[in-house]
Amino acid sequence: MMAGLGLAPEQTQRIERDGDVVAARQIGRHLAAEIGFSRPEQALIATAISELARNIVSYAERGTIAFATVERDLRQGIRIVAEDRGPGIPDLHAAMTDGFSTGNSLGLGLPGTQRIMDEFDIRSIPGEGVTVTVVKWKSR
Amino acid sequence: MAVRVPILRQGRTLIASIQEDLSDGDILELQSRVLEDVIRHRATGVIFDVSALDVLDSFGTRTLSDIAAAVQLRGARMVIVGIQPEVAFSMVLLGLTLADVPTALDLETGLAMLGRAA
Repeated sequence: MMAGLGLAPEQTQRIERDGDVVAARQIGRHLAAEIGFSRPEQALIATAISELARNIVSYAERGTIAFATVERDLRQGIRIVAEDRGPGIPDLHAAMTDGFSTGNSLGLGLPGTQRIMDEFDIRSIPGEGVTVTVVKWKSR
Repeated sequence: MAVRVPILRQGRTLIASIQEDLSDGDILELQSRVLEDVIRHRATGVIFDVSALDVLDSFGTRTLSDIAAAVQLRGARMVIVGIQPEVAFSMVLLGLTLADVPTALDLETGLAMLGRAA
């Protein structure tokens, strides 16, 4: 893997157990700091990653989180893609509602993550898994 | 699993000082250890110092809130101290306000809160 410094386009963390959730948010925070996000923004990004990674462990058992630096109109950002091949989410609308949870959680993970990030896209085919893509742009 | 969070005792107050990023398993392990210590030492107060944490997500917040509720059922009080400003901001955006658990700026203020209540 082309880990780390500056120009590496993308890195991926396997998510299989709760220790991987910690690893993923540390990678994300590190990359966010490298891109030049402020400390509050780094905390938001790390929190979003934590929620996405935990969803993988809780509902799909295993998956991956990929991190990339992105750029648009001279603005830099971080893109995080959480992907699993678990059971999928039959009702995406419900899953995006505050307080809705089929597991043992507060049901704030997905809607909360959407509030924290600038862009949020979720796709799921029941039986085939879930892909969540989020982007945070650096404030000018 | 190694003990990652030392629980100190000062009189009948327990102080759990989190020093590093914890996994969900670590937090659950801490939860059972705090409750055991509350019973063993007949503690009347518990302080959770989270000033070293740079992420407190929905699982962490819910577990802290569960611990506080259980501690209260044992007749003790719990205060969370040292939530970093950027952590507080993310928590609010996530919808986590910890409304049921007393919080304080730092350890000293937390101890004072427990002292007043005793």
